[in-house]
Amino acid sequence: MMATMEPEARDLFGSLPEQDEQVTARLHARLAAAAAAEGVLDVAYRTVDTPLGALLLAATEQGLVRVAYPSQGHDAALAQLAELVSPRILDAPGRLDEVARQLDEYFSRRRRAFDVPVDLRLSKGFRYSVLTHLRQIPYGATESYAQVAAATGHPRAVRAAGTACATNPVPIVVPCHRVVRSDGSPGGYAGGPDAKRSLLTLEAA
Amino acid sequence: MRPFEQIVADFGPMVLRVCRAVVGPDEAEDAWSETFLAALKAYPQLDDGANVEAWLVTIAHRKAIDATRAAARRPVAAGSLPERPASTGRPEDWDGDLWAALAALPAKQRAAVAYHYLAGLPYAEIAAITGGTTDAARRAAADGIRTLRATYLARTREGEGR
Repeated sequence: MMATMEPEARDLFGSLPEQDEQVTARLHARLAAAAAAEGVLDVAYRTVDTPLGALLLAATEQGLVRVAYPSQGHDAALAQLAELVSPRILDAPGRLDEVARQLDEYFSRRRRAFDVPVDLRLSKGFRYSVLTHLRQIPYGATESYAQVAAATGHPRAVRAAGTACATNPVPIVVPCHRVVRSDGSPGGYAGGPDAKRSLLTLEAA
Repeated sequence: MRPFEQIVADFGPMVLRVCRAVVGPDEAEDAWSETFLAALKAYPQLDDGANVEAWLVTIAHRKAIDATRAAARRPVAAGSLPERPASTGRPEDWDGDLWAALAALPAKQRAAVAYHYLAGLPYAEIAAITGGTTDAARRAAADGIRTLRATYLARTREGEGR
């Protein structure tokens, strides 16, 4: 980014490296650690490779706040976090290591339930109630949107239950993929219908 | 407001060059870390239309002044800078001669050179950071460049001639 290098200084500074990647990486890690220690790392994130593509994982100090599929756009998810949670966001994998490990176990069928703190602050009101209920649907089981609506005390809010699932900020860990249509077909999903089918197949095995 | 990660990615290398020029390669990483930690804390309050480069350089400038004062308070007698520090060959020490030549400049000239030529700030912004007028900042940068040319470049050429 030496965009403004003027001719009179090029002979002095022109040969300085633009990037010093090793040092930059070291300084970045040091910043993330200092920010976490001082309580100003409001959102930490990393990506993790899974059979469903690279997932973005983001956590506040309270817990996992966002899981985003590639199709949802990682940059868009980070921009939303900056707006709705805090712009103090750093690529800082440490806070997500445990979630990443459990996701790896889940995808290799060595784990059936996630045991990590979850921060559902991005979902309010009825949507929050739906997500809270979803966490009680066991591995390998499914419910219909109508059943979910009924379980949250609003049996006629079937469409709203569908919206709550579609806007789940932490898919997979909060298992909205276990909610299917009354006729048994999978229905929509944040990560796309193929991802949903894959998760249901994984859990059925 | 953009995630702070983007601010680090976009401006981290620039701030590193500025820190190396202003406080020297040995102190640069501490200065960089303090600058970005302070920036992260203050970031949510930054105005949407603010000039991020100028804001970061302002913070780095204050950190450099703090570091200089802290060094001056240290009881040990400050050793004089070696005439010509040997390069260790590590990339972070890249061109020790240039940093040594910068270190020999008066502080105002060093700051004006770094903030204009390495951070790309206009002289009006530099004057707001270092104090004084825009013209004084421009003169300080010109004087600094002239001295660097006489010291560093002359030395480099001499080295090539050997």
